[in-house]
Amino acid sequence: MLFNLQILIDAPIFNVQLLLNGVTVGAIFALAAYGLALVWGVMNVKNLCQGEFVIMGGYIAYYMYTKGIHPMFALPVAIVLMFMFGWFVYRLVISKVIDRDLFTSLLATFGLAIVLQQALNLIFGPEVVTAESGMANRIILGDVAVQDIRVLSLVVACLLAVAVVVFMKNSRMGQAIRATAQDARAAKVMGIDTDQVYAFTYSLNAAICGAAGVLISMIWVIQPFYGITHSIRAFVIVVAAGLGNLPGVIVAGLGLGVAEQYGGFVLGTDFQQVTVTGLLVVVLVILQILMARHRQVVE
Amino acid sequence: MAIDFSKHTRRGALAVMGVAAAALLTGHAAQAKVEGDTIILGSAISLTGKYSTNGIHAQNGYELAVKRINEMGGVKVDGKSYKLKVVYYDDESTPARGAQLAERLIKQDGVQYMLGPYSSGLTKAIAPISEKYKIPMVEAEGASRSLFTQGYKYLFAVLSTSEQYLASAITLAAEIAEKNGKKPSDVRIAMAFENDPFSQDVRAGVMDDAKKYNMQIVIDDKLPRDLSDMSTTLTKVRAVKPDVLVVSGHSKGAATAARQLAEMKIDTPIVAITHCEAAKIISKFGATTNDILCPTQWAETLSYSGKYFGSAADYDKLFKATYEGYKNVPYQAAQASAAVLVWKDAFERANSLDKDKVRDAIAATDMMTFYGGIKFAPEGNNIAKPMVLRQIQNETLNVVAPSKYASHPVNWPRQVPGS
Repeated sequence: MLFNLQILIDAPIFNVQLLLNGVTVGAIFALAAYGLALVWGVMNVKNLCQGEFVIMGGYIAYYMYTKGIHPMFALPVAIVLMFMFGWFVYRLVISKVIDRDLFTSLLATFGLAIVLQQALNLIFGPEVVTAESGMANRIILGDVAVQDIRVLSLVVACLLAVAVVVFMKNSRMGQAIRATAQDARAAKVMGIDTDQVYAFTYSLNAAICGAAGVLISMIWVIQPFYGITHSIRAFVIVVAAGLGNLPGVIVAGLGLGVAEQYGGFVLGTDFQQVTVTGLLVVVLVILQILMARHRQVVE
Repeated sequence: MAIDFSKHTRRGALAVMGVAAAALLTGHAAQAKVEGDTIILGSAISLTGKYSTNGIHAQNGYELAVKRINEMGGVKVDGKSYKLKVVYYDDESTPARGAQLAERLIKQDGVQYMLGPYSSGLTKAIAPISEKYKIPMVEAEGASRSLFTQGYKYLFAVLSTSEQYLASAITLAAEIAEKNGKKPSDVRIAMAFENDPFSQDVRAGVMDDAKKYNMQIVIDDKLPRDLSDMSTTLTKVRAVKPDVLVVSGHSKGAATAARQLAEMKIDTPIVAITHCEAAKIISKFGATTNDILCPTQWAETLSYSGKYFGSAADYDKLFKATYEGYKNVPYQAAQASAAVLVWKDAFERANSLDKDKVRDAIAATDMMTFYGGIKFAPEGNNIAKPMVLRQIQNETLNVVAPSKYASHPVNWPRQVPGS
């Protein structure tokens, strides 16, 4: 461990590699986390099948890749298909549990996650798959490996994030979603069809996850049972950033990506994920302390 | 009175029928090991779930050997000719289910001769059951060293154990170092192994060989079960520039490593990865995988040959003709066939269907097959067949080590992907 730290001090160039890899993948985490923040904030549903939506998007890209289509073209397809799938899932399951207590929706989405994993396993088999972009890999600054696909997905992730933000700010549906998030009852009184808003929000989340999945399949590998790790990441990011805090989600997403890379480098690759959950614990402890202090001030 | 009497007889009749049914059932169970002229083997195998791909390969291997043996006159015991048949249950790739099904095969179906499941994990779950009932099991898909340190008396494996998987790569590195006028002890090794029993066994084998040559381990990373990114390990590899990189993490480890080695243009001169074939890295990543070394239990190009299938190449041809959709015959299928051959050979040498006599005959096996030599150590593992190392050369796998079986010279140093 100390030896690994020594490498980073002796050859600072490798910090650049870790930062770069962390930021490019962190941007994709932020995307999926933003979808979760939406659903959580607007509908108060903690969507445990978030990661499965991501993996489904990945498999859409993989499927198109096996048919000879460049996986980048899967992006619009995944967005549309996953939006429709989100709508279907909302009507079938989520709309029935949205008014129930926390545990009902947790159990329902957890069950959904299992069903989706097994369905993907039945359709695509259990082996890991990748969608190859065929784009160039280069070495810059002597020792830093840069993949064009990572840079491109960073750009795409940013564009998607901007598009969602603009949509939420300016469109009628976006305004309705924000109104519902603030006060669902008041929104209803004002004539907003909240059920429609919920359905749209959930579908939008699925579409965002699908897009994230397409990008993930081109820079990492996917497998039917890998959804859970993406769900955990999304939860950590949202908890750390706080609901409805978009800049927070982006910073937390990028930060998590980088932290994972450093964790993996210093402690070994099997600690990459541990870093995520470790950070969640740290964040929760800090939030608890801050809240306790806040309570004292209020008292 | 009359009514009472009739009641009694009815009850009596029911009881008799019950006893008769029970007798039928138990009688059936006791004879299930041999039905008429058919010897019944049993196996819990992964036909669904995460191991289903390889589970089906194994089942195909079992079936091909059964078909072949039956076509060649079956198994001759005590002057009588028997056919072979295998009863399968799907263990859904879960150890708990596998153990239940083994119990069912033995207790309910009366199976007295077992074939193994797929994977070390499932074998580990099933071996205690077959051991408990003293039912011999010849397995072909559980390579973990730890299966053969428990003192099992009824477990036999035709494949090479896991610690041999990458040890040959270390020996090869030592040979290359000597050829280039360097000392083997100058060789620096980077290791990345999944944190599961199988891969850790592979690691132990590498460690043993590295110690033998006094080589230095410069990276020793563990990979997570849900591995999707190992760029941090590879960044370290770029930083410390080892002479050898060895990776083992099942199919996902092979796929992740092959992809990221190319993406990051890692220039380690020797790279050896397990499960290249299962992960299909050549068809996935093409020429970027050239010069990667892949250990294998068996290859169709090897010069092994035996009575039932002819040479390794003959087996390859027959398998492809029998089962559609195979471009390469996976070694998982070949070793499954070999396990059935062990049963046939043992039945005939024991000249008996008594499970304990057959068990002793299995223990004394010493045969040559298309899959290689088979001879069991007292612990039950096969000591007559080495692992071979193949290198991806021009997108095909050629045997390069051990030198006795090598068909091509090894390419060294490895060509850097994309350069």
